[in-house]
Amino acid sequence: MVDQESHGYGVILLTFFVAYVLAVLPLPQWLLWGRPEWLALVLIYWTIALPARVGVVTGLLLGVGLDVLEGAVLGQNAFALVVVALLSVILYQRLRVYSLWQQAGVVFVLVGINQLICQWVQNLQGVGARSLFFMLPAVSSALLWPVVLHTLRGLRRYYRVN
Amino acid sequence: MLLATLAVVLLITADLRFNRLETTRSLLDTVATPVYWLADLPTRLGDWSEVHIQSRSQLLADNERLLQESLVLKGRSLQMSSLQAENVRLRALLNSTALLRDDVLVAELVGISPDPVRHQLVLNKGARDGVFVGQPLIDSDGLMGQVVGVSAGNSRALLITDVTHSIPVQVNRNGVRAIAEVTGALGSLEIRHVSATTDIRPGDLLVSSGLGGRFPVGYPVAVVSEIERDPGRAFARILAIPSAALDRSRHVLLVFTSGADEEG
Repeated sequence: MVDQESHGYGVILLTFFVAYVLAVLPLPQWLLWGRPEWLALVLIYWTIALPARVGVVTGLLLGVGLDVLEGAVLGQNAFALVVVALLSVILYQRLRVYSLWQQAGVVFVLVGINQLICQWVQNLQGVGARSLFFMLPAVSSALLWPVVLHTLRGLRRYYRVN
Repeated sequence: MLLATLAVVLLITADLRFNRLETTRSLLDTVATPVYWLADLPTRLGDWSEVHIQSRSQLLADNERLLQESLVLKGRSLQMSSLQAENVRLRALLNSTALLRDDVLVAELVGISPDPVRHQLVLNKGARDGVFVGQPLIDSDGLMGQVVGVSAGNSRALLITDVTHSIPVQVNRNGVRAIAEVTGALGSLEIRHVSATTDIRPGDLLVSSGLGGRFPVGYPVAVVSEIERDPGRAFARILAIPSAALDRSRHVLLVFTSGADEEG
């Protein structure tokens, strides 16, 4: 039992690590604004799947990690991911019974909130975006949600993380 | 939840208002190195295969071209030492300080900031190699930016096209001083607060002026591309394109100025 639990943590940590790598992967110029918020997507999935194990504190720690990677103000992504995790924890029962595209709609809103908070903190620093392009990741993340959901669900079932 | 919010607010305040988290950040940066390493892997594999799958004829052609280039550069630098000596003598006559030659350290790019509004690079040299905060960064074409964060094996540099960066420059032709910063379109610099009557033309080369003590004198920064003299405005609107290949250079040079020279 204990063994199985620690095994599960390994899988969760691995998916977060992959999300980190994807988050800093060099992209061509025209794709930069549309980079999906991988970490937020993976966090939303695990919060819906295992709300007792992954939640607000996970979001906080992950966010600090992302801030360090991006060279952003420490706390910027942490703030955003805490809010995303909190909303997912509140909504998880509803989200589980939603259809795939309804879920994608909610993901759009959650990542949008994530982007708004990041933008707000960046404006405190004086480095805000000048157009609404900063909301593009909400669209790309929502479109990628089915892929993320099926991949992570497959992983969770295969390794029996629960 | 309350605790998490409190922690986040404390973090943001500590970092933004008081700059208290420099050491923590450099420590965490060290932990983050493998992530950058992995993210950079596809590019490096591409480079590697490019090097190893190149044909013999292409290598020979490259070699030929580089030999010629080296010959031309050597020819150009033949008179360098005598000119340098002359320069030192003339400067001594004028009672001004001697220009010191700068030492450089070659660093490789391992990451770029994923956030499009932040123009930052991650380099593979850190405190171990003597990199320090505020160190200027150049490539073969001009000045790129400065180092803003250092961890043991990595450093983080801010490009001159970041909105939080500005740099003192002077026109190479006549020595007019100004400050270049990013205001409008990203990727181009704007020279601000230059009166409409100042002698500055499109095509003028802007070099670092060394004022402010951060950047060494005389590195190319940008070329003036557009000037708009609107009588309705107090200042001319001047745009310039950075000389350095900011989005292409993979190998960059970290410059050690006089301070490091005294040690060595």
